[in-house]
Amino acid sequence: MSRLFEGIIEAFRLIITLNPALLQIVSLSLRVSGMAVVIAALIGIPLGALLGLKPEKKTRLLNKIIFTFMGMPPVVAGLIIYLILSRQGPLGVLGLLYTPTAMIIAQVFLASPIVIGLTMIGIRARGCDVEEMARSLGAGSVLIAWTVIMESRFAILGAIITGFSRVVAEVGAVMIVGGNIAGHTRVMTTAIVLETRKGNFELAIGLGLILLIISFIINSGLYSIQKGGKNG
Amino acid sequence: MANHEEFLIELKGIRKYYDREVLHVEQLLFKKGHVYGVIGPSGAGKSTLLRIINLLTPPDSGTLLFHDRPIPANGAGRLAIQRKMTLVFQKTLLFKDSVRNNVAYGLKARGFPRSVIDERVGSLLKQVGMTDLAARRADTLSGGEAQRVTIARAVAFEPELLLLDEPTANLDPGNVELIEEMITKLARNKAITVVMVTHNVFQARRIADQVIFINQGRIVEMGPTEKIFSAPDHENTRLFVEGRMVY
Repeated sequence: MSRLFEGIIEAFRLIITLNPALLQIVSLSLRVSGMAVVIAALIGIPLGALLGLKPEKKTRLLNKIIFTFMGMPPVVAGLIIYLILSRQGPLGVLGLLYTPTAMIIAQVFLASPIVIGLTMIGIRARGCDVEEMARSLGAGSVLIAWTVIMESRFAILGAIITGFSRVVAEVGAVMIVGGNIAGHTRVMTTAIVLETRKGNFELAIGLGLILLIISFIINSGLYSIQKGGKNG
Repeated sequence: MANHEEFLIELKGIRKYYDREVLHVEQLLFKKGHVYGVIGPSGAGKSTLLRIINLLTPPDSGTLLFHDRPIPANGAGRLAIQRKMTLVFQKTLLFKDSVRNNVAYGLKARGFPRSVIDERVGSLLKQVGMTDLAARRADTLSGGEAQRVTIARAVAFEPELLLLDEPTANLDPGNVELIEEMITKLARNKAITVVMVTHNVFQARRIADQVIFINQGRIVEMGPTEKIFSAPDHENTRLFVEGRMVY
C-alpha cells in the first residue's frame, strides 16, 4: 500500500515538473489516437449516416457485423494489422510495421466500427424524419445530408469521443504493431506495461493518472454535450 | 365547369400498395387557391395521398401532373416542382436550432437573399405571435407554439401547394382557431392551394371549400363542403359526416 502511495506522490512530481520522458510518451499517445479518431470519423460518419437512413431490415446483417467489430479485442485487431503490414503481408512493401503510422492504422481499425455503429444508431433515431422534413421544405441532397448530420450532432460527437476513449486506452494493438520502441512508438499504455514489469512504478502510476485525467476530461465533455443536446 | 388551366395538380390512375392496396385514385384535381379537406377513417389512405402528392412516396402506378405537365421522376425538374409545395407532418418536427432559423430553412434552401429572409421571417413570427421567442431553441417550445412555428416555416417561401396532415391534432382550442385562421388567410390572400387531412369533420366543414371523403384507399365522394355535409350522394359519406362508424 505504501508503494502505491509513494508511487502516486512521485507520479505527481513527474507531472508537475513536466518530465521530458513522460511528456514525450503522452504527446505521442495523443497524436496517434487523435489522428486515428479523425480518420475513423471521416470514414465512420458518412457510412454511419448512410446506414442510419436505410431501413433497418435492409442492413440487418451489416449491423451485426459492425456491432461485432465494435467489441473486437485490440490484440486481434493488432494481429490482423500486423499480418497485413509484416514483410510477407500484402502491404509489407510499405515498411510501416513498428512505426506510429502502423499504430494509427490499427487504431483506425478499432475506432471506425464504433463511430459507424454509434452514428448509425444516432441517425436512425431521428434521421429519416429529418430527411423527409428537409426534402419537403425543398432542400437539395447536399443540404439534406448536412441537416441530418447537424440534427444528430450530439450522437455523432458522442460516437467520436467514445472512439477516442477506446483507442487511447487500448494496449494490445499498439503493442503488436508498434513494438513499444522508446522515443519512437512508446505510448502511455505500452509504457505502463513496460514500467510495471521493470518495477518502475512511479512512471507507471504517473502515466496511469494522466490516462485517468484524460478519460475524466473526455467523459465530462461527453456528458456535457449529451446534456446540452437534451436540454437545449 | 372550371377552366383546366386553373388546376394546380392532378392525379391520374394513382395506386399504392404496401401489404395490400392502400390507395387507388382514378382521377383527382386540385384547383389553385382552394382549401380542400380530406376526411376519412384511420388507415383510409389520407396520409399516403399527401405523401404521394409531396413526392415523398412514389406511387406504384399512375401519374402526377403539375400545371398540366407530368412531374419528372428525378433531377432538377422534380426538385423545382417539389420546391413549389410542402407538407406539414402529423408529428411536429422542428430542427434543433432557433425558432428564427427553423422558419428561415425553406428560404435558405431556395437561396433567398438575407434581406428577404429577415423580412419574411420577422413578419411571419409576428403573425404567429412568436416574435419574442425568435432566438429560443425550437425543441423547447410547447406543442401549440411548435405547431405555429411549423406552419410559419411551411408558408415562409410561399408555396403554391400547402399540404397539412392533421395540423391541429392535440392542440387546445385557442391554438386550433389561430392555425385555422392562418390557413384560410393564406389561401385567400396568397392564392395558396391547401389540402388538409383531418379527423375532425367539423374542422373540414369550417375551413374547406371542397371536401374529399376517402375510405379503404378510394375516393368515395368529393364535392363542395356544404353539399358533402347536407346532401351527400353516398350513404357512407352521410354516415361518416354524422359521426357514425364507416368500414
